[in-house]
Amino acid sequence: MPVAKEKTQPILAELRSLASPLVTHRSLPFGIEPLDRRLSGAGLRAGALHEISARSCSLADDAAATLFTAGIAAREAHVTGAPVLWVSCRNDLYAPGIEQAGLAANQVIHVEPRDEKMLLAVIEDAVRDGTPCAVIAEARKMPMVASRRLQLVTAEADLPVLMIRHRRKSDRDPLEETSTAWTRWRIASAPSERLAVAGVGRPRWSVELARQRGGEPFSLILEGCDETGRLAVLAELGHRAAETVGTVRQAAA
Amino acid sequence: MQPTEGAGAVAIASTEHAPLALVSKVGRREEIVGACPAATELGIHIGMAATHARALVSDLDFRPANPDADARLLDRLALLAVRRWSPIAAVAPADGLWLDLTGCDHLHGGEKRFCERLLAFCRRAGFTARVAIADTPGAAHALARFSPGDLTIVAPGGGVRAISPLPIAALRLENSALAAARKFGVETIADLLPVARGPLARRLGLAAINRLDQAIGSIAEPITPREDLEIPAVERRLLEPIGTAEAIAQVMADLLTDMAEVLQARGLGARLLRLSALRIDGGEEVIAVGTSRPTREASHLLWLLKLKIERIDPGMGLEQFRLTAPHTEPLDAVELGKILAGDVQVRDPARLVDVVAGRVGPEAVFRMAPVASHVPERAAERVSPIAVPERWPKWQRPVRLFARPEPLGGVLALLPDQPPRRFEWRGSAYKVVAADGPERIHGEWWRRDKEVWAVRDYFRVEDEQGGRYWVFRRGDGIDNSTGDLSWWIHGVFA
Repeated sequence: MPVAKEKTQPILAELRSLASPLVTHRSLPFGIEPLDRRLSGAGLRAGALHEISARSCSLADDAAATLFTAGIAAREAHVTGAPVLWVSCRNDLYAPGIEQAGLAANQVIHVEPRDEKMLLAVIEDAVRDGTPCAVIAEARKMPMVASRRLQLVTAEADLPVLMIRHRRKSDRDPLEETSTAWTRWRIASAPSERLAVAGVGRPRWSVELARQRGGEPFSLILEGCDETGRLAVLAELGHRAAETVGTVRQAAA
Repeated sequence: MQPTEGAGAVAIASTEHAPLALVSKVGRREEIVGACPAATELGIHIGMAATHARALVSDLDFRPANPDADARLLDRLALLAVRRWSPIAAVAPADGLWLDLTGCDHLHGGEKRFCERLLAFCRRAGFTARVAIADTPGAAHALARFSPGDLTIVAPGGGVRAISPLPIAALRLENSALAAARKFGVETIADLLPVARGPLARRLGLAAINRLDQAIGSIAEPITPREDLEIPAVERRLLEPIGTAEAIAQVMADLLTDMAEVLQARGLGARLLRLSALRIDGGEEVIAVGTSRPTREASHLLWLLKLKIERIDPGMGLEQFRLTAPHTEPLDAVELGKILAGDVQVRDPARLVDVVAGRVGPEAVFRMAPVASHVPERAAERVSPIAVPERWPKWQRPVRLFARPEPLGGVLALLPDQPPRRFEWRGSAYKVVAADGPERIHGEWWRRDKEVWAVRDYFRVEDEQGGRYWVFRRGDGIDNSTGDLSWWIHGVFA
């Protein structure tokens, strides 16, 4: 027996509210619509562990992953005025380059621990302390136990821990390992727009969300960070994306 | 037994003016108790009757001895020693100082160098000093006063041999014991060593035996350090020994609360805290924490101390705790005007820095700051994590810079100012589709002669896959003295 639409709508709304996770946590929006719309909670969850990895083992993709992470932290640092803690066992970052992604030298404190065990301890100390607005860490290995522990600590502290997972040639994709990270990203550099004059255009990255809790994975090509750490939608792609979404909605209705 | 090194310095005021002698009442007669070198040359010696001396030298400058002033001066010297040379220093009555040099001689350039500096210091301050270093305070005391030279350093384990030829007066004996020894024909310490202890104690007294044992190191003789009252210190003595981490943390919290009050009363903040815990077996456990900014916040300091709690070995139990702040800085109330006016409060990173530095060591926590240099690898340096660095000029710079530029092979590029069309790096070929440049960077001639003419032309190139790289060519492509036209990769852009 067909049920009247008026009757089902409140029930459906109630069911949706039950099924959807309670949005009590703060989230860090990217500020660009196609990305935020696809993320559960309309942004990166603040009190959570996020993993970012390069798509291949090439240094160019690794650099894109690094700067993508720096951009997220930079936007957060601008809002809160607190420093970002960057923990890396082998620090080969070039600070002027990081500054061009919006993370100025007076907003970053670097830590160089002896080994990765110490690295995890430092992250935990920093998160418990609560002073930094974000913690960026670079690690090769992260056992399941460590990731669960970090996830629990960050959930209480309300600040994001952004873990850059480096990969070596022989390694498997670090995102194939199990982890409790809230989101897992795969970043690669993409060819920039060919300009009418000789020269390199604004960098473009292929941003792939491999996994997120409470949402679907997706993949996008975006323009890289500007000097405030903001990403941008490609002009022609943004146009096309809006059209596609429109048709999908119609089909579902 | 832990080797103790003591340095005894005999201090005698010296003048270059009139011969001077100090007079004091010893027993029932006036005696000379001190004489300057000029007076000694005239035949005045210590122990001579004052009237006799007056008769010998009519224009001798007699002054009454003032033992209290001497003691005060010596005390000031001991305080200076605690602050400058060694945390364990004490007055050795009536005319010497003991310094425990264990573990601090290297800070002053080794034992010999330290002694030379000490002698030079005393000379400048107007003292005639004699220094000796030995395994035990007793031996050092004896050698400083009775060895032939101004400076005696005894190698570890050589204390007994070094003091054997000295007269027994070097052993800090009572006058009665000295008289008795003289009666038995004992003159040097070497004479005492082979004699059986029982008969010796009956003849010279037990105190003399103890002094001998202290000098040769059979009995411990701790140096009670001169305490610097300027240093804020708090103490807790416990009714029962404790050993668990929770109990130790509780004592730490209590001590820090006391310490915060002491510091607040003086308007100070601690930069260094030292917690020493005494074990019931007499051992001492010491931990220290440093802070990047002066603070007296008990909860923060407690967190720092707790990080080191595992380094305390409680043994059979700890019964006494002492917390000192050897390094303090003024800390006044903070102005809240701006915050109340609604400005965004910039969070102070000092707490975070302390916590992390306590874990990984202070040198592993840093910020990067600009250096005024065009050469990319010199443009950044590590600075203190609480510094506020300036910004870099807005030239395009890579995310990661290689520690050493890596050579490129098979480069196709037009001279003098075209970017490469293709290059090979780490075994694979790259085809360049777009490039920015050149950015010319000249060598810094004021640093090295080699850089006088050196030039690097930097290009930012993009390959087919979208990788963006920072490559450079040595030389400007026209003049050979500017470089050999080899190509290098120096970094990766995102």
